[in-house]
Amino acid sequence: MNLYRTALFLAKKDLYSELKTKQILTTQIIFAGLVIVVFSFAFDPANNTTKAVIPGVIWVIIVFAGILGLNRSFISEQRNDTIQGLLVAPMEAQSIYLGKFLANFAMMLVVELVSIPFLFLLFDFKFLGSLPYFILTIFLGSFGFIAIGTFLAALAANSKSSEMLLPLLLFPITTPILIGVVQATKIILSNMEKLSSAIAWIQLVTAYDVIFFVVCFLLIDYVLEV
Amino acid sequence: MSMNLEREKATLPKTQVADAKSTNLSKMLFAATVISMLVSLYFIFIFAAEEKSMHAAQKIFYFHVSSAWLAFMAFFVTFVFSILFLIKRKRIFDTYAYVSAEIGVVFTIIVLTTGPIWARSAWNTWWVWEPRLITTLILFFIYIAYIMIRQMDGVWDKKARLSAVFGIIGFADVPIVFFAIRWWQTKFHPIVFGDGPSQKGGGIEDTMLAALLITITSFTILYSYLLYKGVSFENMRMKVEQYKEKLREKMEN
Repeated sequence: MNLYRTALFLAKKDLYSELKTKQILTTQIIFAGLVIVVFSFAFDPANNTTKAVIPGVIWVIIVFAGILGLNRSFISEQRNDTIQGLLVAPMEAQSIYLGKFLANFAMMLVVELVSIPFLFLLFDFKFLGSLPYFILTIFLGSFGFIAIGTFLAALAANSKSSEMLLPLLLFPITTPILIGVVQATKIILSNMEKLSSAIAWIQLVTAYDVIFFVVCFLLIDYVLEV
Repeated sequence: MSMNLEREKATLPKTQVADAKSTNLSKMLFAATVISMLVSLYFIFIFAAEEKSMHAAQKIFYFHVSSAWLAFMAFFVTFVFSILFLIKRKRIFDTYAYVSAEIGVVFTIIVLTTGPIWARSAWNTWWVWEPRLITTLILFFIYIAYIMIRQMDGVWDKKARLSAVFGIIGFADVPIVFFAIRWWQTKFHPIVFGDGPSQKGGGIEDTMLAALLITITSFTILYSYLLYKGVSFENMRMKVEQYKEKLREKMEN
């Protein structure tokens, strides 16, 4: 039980400091808005075929806004020299990972909650699919992305050029998740008749999520070792 | 801790006998590589039957598949030695993992170049966004990232630890590449071994199968030679570093 309590403490600490400074969340949301603006130039929202790119745009927003948050989560500890404090504190490395993961995931969900309705509104998207499945897909996709991302952010934080290193590490590893969720989102948003194949994609993503969450949980000890 | 490991000089003294033995092994592996390569060339170009619709262009298939096999094997070796390193913390395991990953990247590049050449004649296009191609490209990027972790600044044991962790995680893509054509049932890559999902595709002629198996064997020998050479180069590099360090200490005192 101790593991989860310390993890929750850590997540609370991160979210509290975020609430004080409002640095990351504002950046992420503004960034998401800018992505939407750029895409409105690239694809005319009045055009009907534009609806086909919406699933991709959703995940572009999540991925790039997510990277901004992930980059910060361990680097800020390193800059303030508090990572040593975390490591010598009487808790396991797993709870540091879990805490950071929870904080990142919570922030990611806030960004999604703001930006996705905004995207639908601005692109005048008529929602045809089922909302519960859509939320499930977004949830599972972000879960896997943030779980792997937090782990690799901890890994990349050891390098001086970690801002550059993290995307290079993260994108190849998470591509299977992204392919799966983009396909599933596409089907759920526009073509509910093919729901069974969307569910197959969701299952694949869930399996990937579970495997990687467990692997990251087991290996985080070696990453955070001094 | 890292400083102690850096200064560890247990590997320095090495007897002459061991050196002689290792050069012999190197020569033997080299000879085996050359002979098996020549044999496989004979089997590919003379022994194996020519494909009906693609003619000589089909010959690239043997190199393509063997390179893919070699890359998979190299990444598997990296995976195994990464786990061993995390358990035992011996530098030699890390060296093996690194050299193997490098060889794997080189042969992934060969797969990714021979693939389009074959595709141009078989499918009339250089590249299609098809599961196995995508996953192979991702595999290439994963191990490029692995090598980038190696280029990070810092002491060796930290880099070795982090890249071992990444080597374990990154290996997850290899089974995906292998099963991609079985899961997504693409129309481009045939399932050569077994009957395939439709039970009618696949199959390979006996002479072709013989040529393929011989090429794969010779590539495996090539891999062991490259791995052996690479590891001995890395060891030499380490030795030179240690001698430099010694010299520096001597000059300072």
